[in-house]
Amino acid sequence: MSVTDGVARSGPPVAGLALPRASVRTRLLTAVGGFGTLAAAACILAPLLGTTEISLARVFDRSIPFQDNVDAQIFFVARLPRVLAAALVGSTLASAGVVFQAMLRNPLATPFTLGVSAGASLGAMLVIVLGGTLATGALAFGPFTPVAAASLAGAAMAASLVYWLATRRGYAMSTSVLLLAGVTLNSFFSALIMFVQYIADFTQVYRAARWLMGDLDVGGFGALGSALPLVLVAFALFARLPSSLNLLSLGDDAAAARGVDVVRAQRLAFFSASLATSAAVSLAGPIGFVGIVVPHLVRLIVGVDHRVVLPAAALFGAAFLVLCDLVARTLLAPVEIPVGVVTAMIGGPFFLWLLVRRG
Amino acid sequence: MVPRAGGQDPSPVVARRVVSIVPALTEALFAIGAGPLVVGVSRFDQFPPEVKALPSVGALLDPNTERILSLRPDLVIAYGSQSDLQTQLGRAGIRTFSYRHDGIATILDTIAELGTATGRQADAARVVAGLRARLDAVRARVAGRDRPRTLLVFERQPGSLREVYASGGVGFLHEMLEIAGARNVFADVARESVQPSVETLLARAPEVIIEVRAAGLIEGVGAGDTRESWSVLASVPAVRTGRIHLLTGDYLVVPGPRLADATEAFARALHAEAYE
Repeated sequence: MSVTDGVARSGPPVAGLALPRASVRTRLLTAVGGFGTLAAAACILAPLLGTTEISLARVFDRSIPFQDNVDAQIFFVARLPRVLAAALVGSTLASAGVVFQAMLRNPLATPFTLGVSAGASLGAMLVIVLGGTLATGALAFGPFTPVAAASLAGAAMAASLVYWLATRRGYAMSTSVLLLAGVTLNSFFSALIMFVQYIADFTQVYRAARWLMGDLDVGGFGALGSALPLVLVAFALFARLPSSLNLLSLGDDAAAARGVDVVRAQRLAFFSASLATSAAVSLAGPIGFVGIVVPHLVRLIVGVDHRVVLPAAALFGAAFLVLCDLVARTLLAPVEIPVGVVTAMIGGPFFLWLLVRRG
Repeated sequence: MVPRAGGQDPSPVVARRVVSIVPALTEALFAIGAGPLVVGVSRFDQFPPEVKALPSVGALLDPNTERILSLRPDLVIAYGSQSDLQTQLGRAGIRTFSYRHDGIATILDTIAELGTATGRQADAARVVAGLRARLDAVRARVAGRDRPRTLLVFERQPGSLREVYASGGVGFLHEMLEIAGARNVFADVARESVQPSVETLLARAPEVIIEVRAAGLIEGVGAGDTRESWSVLASVPAVRTGRIHLLTGDYLVVPGPRLADATEAFARALHAEAYE
């Protein structure tokens, strides 16, 4: 399966839908087993590695009080939340990528195509730049820090705008209107972000630029805990999507002819994927390439049936980002590379390879 | 003095009208008594209060050349990286003074140079001597005392430990900290600013944390939030002993004539007993 073939002209999956269910189940179990093992291995291995030498024996030595046990603190306060955040963000962005690619029938769609991430970034920028003049403490919302709360608000605003534009009378969530609205919003928000950076002083500009590169160093489980409910809701909604996504890939009319309530399916897909993306971006900033590289890689391995691709992408996305973050924080130790830079350095050549392979 | 065509010397040796885009140097000008010469300042100038009434000409990213020219300066103080601006001004026959960002010695030298440029050498020398004396006084007061390993944080995302920016082993913040009787926990890092990860903070285990904030009054972030945010790092000595200090005021982060005030503030936080 190659990029330009697109998802609509899929051979095997349409045939696959006609095969007995046992086949899908087997493929699903194999994929989940394989990728699940990979994800688990990454999550177990990553906290053991880092810029500081720690002794595993000391980490789990119960006789030392936790406050005194530096090794345990490094493991449980610094590394473990970071690895779990990477797994969460990676699986969220990868599955959102799968859903957006299916919903928009475009293999180049990413979780950021429809402007959700640009809205989130604008929210974060505003707090970073105006934070000194506003009562930023008051902007914290429940367990969310001011920046996280603002980026959630920005994402929600962007998603609502796109939804409104695409569902006005006569449009009924048409794919092309969605794409157009998303691209327009992306440009508009990017312009606003540029303007906000221009009027900021240069430490704020630097902080804003750094936020845009992505950061998984959450420090403690607080931030994770606040993003988790949103992600769980999104995943629960994702679980209801795969069959609809398979049929949506064939086109709205073909899907409707096979009994899919197209508008409802698209609404569900749009809402759940936007929620997932918002949660991920508010936690870690806009980390690019995960939402497009992982779906493609997974489809190369397991085919295009979304009942297998979606869970497989979630698991592989987790493993992928955990490993990218591991590279980011250890490759040039003690300097840390922003994780978005690592994912971009992998994503770019990957797409080059896809193109070359196709040629 | 607007430059005219012909062989006339376009700018006098001693400046009479000065535009300053660098807030630290605006402060220096006022400190040496050259305040009346200042006709334009940057968007970010705050101190002394008189500058708020002066016209603003933009800042590092957005200097407004037209505005600057309209003020008819004969000396413009600009950032070293604003090479395009300086070239343009040079073509208009206006002298420029390039800001160099470095340690305390550079700051003191710069004040002296500004004295020469504005014909106030005596005042500048007096200011520089005064600053040196105050810094020496701080050194003397904290001499012989324990020098705690200190983390100097100048930026942090409010409410969390994300995006912590701390002073590295280079630059005026580092030097002020060391004069004030501390050992910078990142003294070995040859950069002015460090963005340490949570793991690095835990590994370096500072004994004192000093947070400096340029403004802090209405941010809603006070000492309470500071302690709460740092409390996640339970094994860090500073957290356990409660030696976390939040200092607010732009004098703490401006590399100008108020650096002695800032150094004294650090010393008071680090060695309160020495100041009783």
